[in-house]
Amino acid sequence: MLMEYLKVFLVGGVICSIGQILIDRTKLTPARIMVVFVLMGAILTAFGLYKPLVEFGGAGATVPISGFGYTLVAGVIEEIDKIGFLGIFSGGVKATASGIAAAIVFGYFAALVAKPKLK
Amino acid sequence: MDFEKLSMTNEDYINYVQQKSKKSPIFKNLALAFLVGGLFCILGQALTDIFEYFNYEKKVASTIATIILVFLGAFLTSINVYSKLGKYAGAGSIVPITGFSNSIVATAIEYKSEGYILGLGANMFKVAGPVIVYGITSSVVIGFFYWLIKLFI
Repeated sequence: MLMEYLKVFLVGGVICSIGQILIDRTKLTPARIMVVFVLMGAILTAFGLYKPLVEFGGAGATVPISGFGYTLVAGVIEEIDKIGFLGIFSGGVKATASGIAAAIVFGYFAALVAKPKLK
Repeated sequence: MDFEKLSMTNEDYINYVQQKSKKSPIFKNLALAFLVGGLFCILGQALTDIFEYFNYEKKVASTIATIILVFLGAFLTSINVYSKLGKYAGAGSIVPITGFSNSIVATAIEYKSEGYILGLGANMFKVAGPVIVYGITSSVVIGFFYWLIKLFI
């Protein structure tokens, strides 16, 4: 069990460190960093390279935003296998629907109740 | 003012600045990003394990964990804690899914004064929107090729 959590920490830590290196070396803004990670997650999943990382590191690979790309592509592929062509369009959003809905709703209410920062 | 410094050549000046400027704390940044990012992932794993313990399917448990992390990111942003964490953790607070919801809430708060529809509503996805656009687009393109390849084998 402790070993499992160590793997989670290691994989998650390394993924975030890659992001930190990108920030320090390239001055990419957070929005661009997140897009790069989603794309990397999607591409690595397409080549079958992200799934082993998820199997090894669990949440260490799914909690970083690259895991969003993984869930999207894995969902698309699963749905194509199940229902064919339509799965190309429905699989990704279906697999990530609860995360996106949660982000919209919690984001909306959190912004609603928060007081704007005084500068 | 030291007059000697004013009569420096460009080269001397560059050396002088390099001498005085702080060494980039790149290893400290890296360690903090690793630590904070890793801890968010451990929290996600712990939540997944808890729900799995209560007989939820692995996939469902991991989805619930994601929803809770999204909530946590939004909540910590609204009480002004997440931005403080971000100052130290850098990518450790941007890359995890909590950073995704942080980006939504932070921009939404910023534009709240411009109104609830065209301010808050229109701008909350200013940063997170591109992530969804590129994520879904790439997954559909990849899916199309997967479907195409599957036709021939």
